[in-house]
Amino acid sequence: MTDAVTEAPKPITSRSDPRFEVTLYAHVGAPGSHTLAYYRAHGGYDAARKALGMTPAEVVDEVKASGLRGRGGAGFPTGVKWSFMPPVDGRQRFLVCNADESEPGSFKDRYLLEDDPHQLIEGMLIGGWAIQATLGVVYVRGEYHHAHERLRVALDEARAEGILGTGVLGSDFDFDLILHRGAGAYICGEETSLMNSFEGLRATPRLKPPFPAQAGVYGLPSTINNVESFCAAVHIVARGAAWHAAMGTDDSKGMKLYQVSGPVRRPGVYEMPMGARFRELIFDLAGGPSERAKAIIPGGSSTPMLPWSDATLDLPMDYGTMAKHNSMLGTGGVIVIPEQKCIVDAIYNLVRFYGHESCGKCTPCREGVATWLPKMYRKLLAGQGTRDDLAVMEDMVKNMRGTAFCPLADACAMPVQASFRHFRHEYEHLADTGTSRYPRRREWAE
Amino acid sequence: MSTSRGHELPTVTPFFADKQDLLARILSRYPDYGRRSAVMPLLWEVQRAERHVSRARVDEIAEILGLHATEVKGVMSFYSTYHEHPVGAYHLQVCRTLSCSLAGADELAAFLEEELDLVNGETDAEGRFSLQFVECLGSCGTAPVLQVNDSYFERVSRSRCRALLDAMRRDALPAPTVERGGDNEVVRVEGADRSATGEAGEGDRA
Repeated sequence: MTDAVTEAPKPITSRSDPRFEVTLYAHVGAPGSHTLAYYRAHGGYDAARKALGMTPAEVVDEVKASGLRGRGGAGFPTGVKWSFMPPVDGRQRFLVCNADESEPGSFKDRYLLEDDPHQLIEGMLIGGWAIQATLGVVYVRGEYHHAHERLRVALDEARAEGILGTGVLGSDFDFDLILHRGAGAYICGEETSLMNSFEGLRATPRLKPPFPAQAGVYGLPSTINNVESFCAAVHIVARGAAWHAAMGTDDSKGMKLYQVSGPVRRPGVYEMPMGARFRELIFDLAGGPSERAKAIIPGGSSTPMLPWSDATLDLPMDYGTMAKHNSMLGTGGVIVIPEQKCIVDAIYNLVRFYGHESCGKCTPCREGVATWLPKMYRKLLAGQGTRDDLAVMEDMVKNMRGTAFCPLADACAMPVQASFRHFRHEYEHLADTGTSRYPRRREWAE
Repeated sequence: MSTSRGHELPTVTPFFADKQDLLARILSRYPDYGRRSAVMPLLWEVQRAERHVSRARVDEIAEILGLHATEVKGVMSFYSTYHEHPVGAYHLQVCRTLSCSLAGADELAAFLEEELDLVNGETDAEGRFSLQFVECLGSCGTAPVLQVNDSYFERVSRSRCRALLDAMRRDALPAPTVERGGDNEVVRVEGADRSATGEAGEGDRA
């Protein structure tokens, strides 16, 4: 089935805009881009060769100097994370790729996995050398079957050509990758849950410390990064840390795959330099909203929404600016919320998502996220809520912040708090009148 | 193979009995000390072939990996894509999370419920269709998405959905087309209204 998928006729990215130099996303959408032949014809594995000619410490330093921060959402400096690995002591070391992309509003990694799997393999080769791991794991979410198949074939190609296995690319470094398929659980995006899942356990989070560098996969030293982070490492090694650090803003360097969804003319993934503005993404690339908007979720469903305004549209999409405005850059997955969508209903949609994905391990999440918060929302949306209920809801989410075992409860509480901050009137309208301020159902294209 | 009565003999041919090569291949992916990692891939193999993982298969996987059946069951029940009961030949999964919902996925879900006369979680009597509402599939830019078995069908409009259902009823489901969203023909238009209060879509002249 997979190979029968018909190819899109032409690449689709922001590459036509001369202001942007597209690197990560340059080959997404191009016919045959997933093959080793195509990848090699476009300079593939040259960066890995270069890295293998450097010392592991030099590679780590290069990535540190590039300013790359983890693209999975948390934004932790990648090179610093790599340097946390303990000294080589004869134990097996693991490099793990988190390809469990499942934060609503995020869909960049899927296209990288499907259309440029060798870019990820090369990035992991570089990372494996840097942390001196001889085994890697790619944990792909279960629903990404097409991506899984593309990766499976790419790994076979790489092994057959001596790019993976014993003595990769003619060096004396051994490196291979285990491809592992998830089965539908958002919590696996949390690094320790992912490791439990990989080990064949229920995917509940582990207590930290110890951190993965001390005790990760099978209790062995491990480093885990996002798909986009590994892909960025390829270009950092190829072009040098200075090239990467020259792009972006003070605390956010390099290029970023921003995503935009919701009612805009051309939703999709767009590569832009870090710190590009919402206005550039939403208007210049995505063609502007297709109906009047009232809010922006800046970086995936867990990131607190910002009101739609000229001031917001002028904000640079970087880590520091988003933090300064009580939000987060997250995965860079922008969701535009139209004016005609009831905010209470929109946030309930996300609460339902987090409730469904709660693993049930700890009380604040099990009781708050998975049980009582969705019940309160349903009561409110059924027209039976009161202002007292609103106070209870606000108190509940406040008590979910920082009290749960893993970040899932915060991820649920943050968008709720932001919606109260910016759209309290819609909650109050519902509580007072029993009807939504914006009751209209979303239309489905004929 | 134990049942609640505890005395029944196995009546099912083990799934992996005639698939020893496949089994060996899966087990060899993982280090010896990580044999348990094979639990998910083994569940996947059974699920794909039999559209569900029965209690007998759970027992078999447990035996292969040296685990208790309840441990395998515990893993299996954690995830939303392993099924205890058989799903249909066409397992339709509708994402209803925010971006898809904004693109009309709730209408899409209601349409499928009506067309198939199924509610969320049901399989029809013939075992042809089953319907499941799922959470974000990572197709937000090409919403709404309908996953049929392992394939994504994206930007599913009402007419496209009808055509897909007709095709499935004829057992002639087409291969999905690659949808990438975005655009490579973006043209900046000088003087377009890019303000927050501007008329919606004024920036779009490409």
